[in-house]
Amino acid sequence: MSEQWLLRVEQLEKHFGPGCPVCRQLTGPTTGRSRCPRCGTVWACVDVNLQLHAGEVLGIVGESGSGKSTLLQMIYLALRPDSGHIWYRESDGQLRDLTTLNRYEARLFQNTHLGIVYQRPELGLNMRFSVGGNVAEKLLLAEWRHFGRIRVRTSELMNKTELLPERIDDEPTTFSGGMLQRVQIARALASHPTILLLDEVTSGLDVSVQARVLDLLRRIQWTDRITMLLVSHDLGVVRQLARRTIVMKNGHIVEAGLTDQILEDPQHPYTQLLVSSVL
Amino acid sequence: MTELTDQLYHFALLDEDAQREIRRKLLKAVAIPGHLVPFASRDMPIARGWGTGGLQITLSLITPEDTLKVIDQGDDESVNAVNLRRLITRTTGVATTTDTTAATIIQTRHRIPEEPMRADQILVLQVPMADPLRWVEPNIERATIMHSEADYGKMWVYMYESIVRAGDLRIASQYPVIVNRRYMMDTTPIPRWDVPKLHMAETLYLFGAGREKRIYAVPPYTAVEPLQFEDYPFRTEYRPGQRCARCGAENTFLTSHFVADAHGGRWETTCSDVSYCTKRCAATETTA
Repeated sequence: MSEQWLLRVEQLEKHFGPGCPVCRQLTGPTTGRSRCPRCGTVWACVDVNLQLHAGEVLGIVGESGSGKSTLLQMIYLALRPDSGHIWYRESDGQLRDLTTLNRYEARLFQNTHLGIVYQRPELGLNMRFSVGGNVAEKLLLAEWRHFGRIRVRTSELMNKTELLPERIDDEPTTFSGGMLQRVQIARALASHPTILLLDEVTSGLDVSVQARVLDLLRRIQWTDRITMLLVSHDLGVVRQLARRTIVMKNGHIVEAGLTDQILEDPQHPYTQLLVSSVL
Repeated sequence: MTELTDQLYHFALLDEDAQREIRRKLLKAVAIPGHLVPFASRDMPIARGWGTGGLQITLSLITPEDTLKVIDQGDDESVNAVNLRRLITRTTGVATTTDTTAATIIQTRHRIPEEPMRADQILVLQVPMADPLRWVEPNIERATIMHSEADYGKMWVYMYESIVRAGDLRIASQYPVIVNRRYMMDTTPIPRWDVPKLHMAETLYLFGAGREKRIYAVPPYTAVEPLQFEDYPFRTEYRPGQRCARCGAENTFLTSHFVADAHGGRWETTCSDVSYCTKRCAATETTA
């Protein structure tokens, strides 16, 4: 592709378990299972390759247990891959292999370059802190040391994500599910990340709330030109946001291409099944 | 006294292996300023929580040529200080002093002496709580990971929320600091008044937490910065206008006592560092 990529994943692999000589033959999309029947090892991601271009939204779809979230966790540097590389292009054009970073460097990279929104807000938020505190944490980690300016910026972010700035000091437990997703988005955007990772952001929300959160994400994408990686099992969500889509099954990428193309003319039998069952 | 030490105890009570282990851990602590180094805290003849961490450090470092000073809450004569001093002198036979300038090793709880300390002195602090992250992360395993990643966001949010709730940084003691721009350290047990004395000091500060089984250190000339905001800076307890009722000092950390008299009694503030106060009183008497 002629466009310059921002993030490039090369032959990423992750398995949970001891592994055995026949693991690879007995798992994968052709066999229809991720767990090796002989040794019980789960092959969550096998030979995953993808490129993420600056400013685009890439969707990852697949059924439960297909390795979507494992892939996202590895890109978020929360999970260490067994093998493979994650290349990142810095703003000065320099390439960095994120898999070689140590814990300290990985956390620093996470704080400055990545934002994540989880399906369950209690994973991304600290329920004991106020909503403002949760958003401010990202600013504090980015060395913001002026309380007044932190308050102003936090209110701005709450405005941007359609939250009432008056509720800055309220506890997250007093917020509804859709609002908590917006708090997570505000928190993820606080330190101007280059990549926003979205892990099933709208699952478990009411349909109308879902639409509002998606609207918000689309608007942010439009105004900030932020790169997004969107994981979902909901093809409708992916169609709304993502230009390109990757389909995963049993730890493998089975199909990749433009979202419209995949939804209109699915090539892989699994994708055909997925499209016909949902739409 | 020497006969007694020869017969009954190994020099400085602890066996040689224990002393060597603690010295090794001290070297590690000095090499990584502010980092909590686990050590095998021994059973001591005093209860855990009564200064066993500081005591083990002192006993591992002390030599027969040393001069010892032990203080508790700034006072050389308080029960804890007297008993610790007696234990150390009985098992080592070293000379003791109450004069900060004359001591080579000072073991202390709660205070750093008012008189500036020199490069040839060592200050050993008895520490009750070693990890500042305990406030925000009770799980030690997770707190250790947070230290290793310098993931101190939660602690900063704690400071932020303190301002939100109370309008200011409401932390009386145990003020958290960043040592050498890397590790977050608890300044327990000293009051805020003594925190600036850690910054770029000439003296070696060693912290021992016997119950928590941790040793940490602030080597000489190490940057120690309290957590603060530009618009809500760190402040010591200093209240202008207050002075010591005994020596009249205005630039010391003060404590208040209730003094009973014929009219029922009153509160009196005096220097917390008693030996310094006494020294000042003696000096004014001789000049007068």
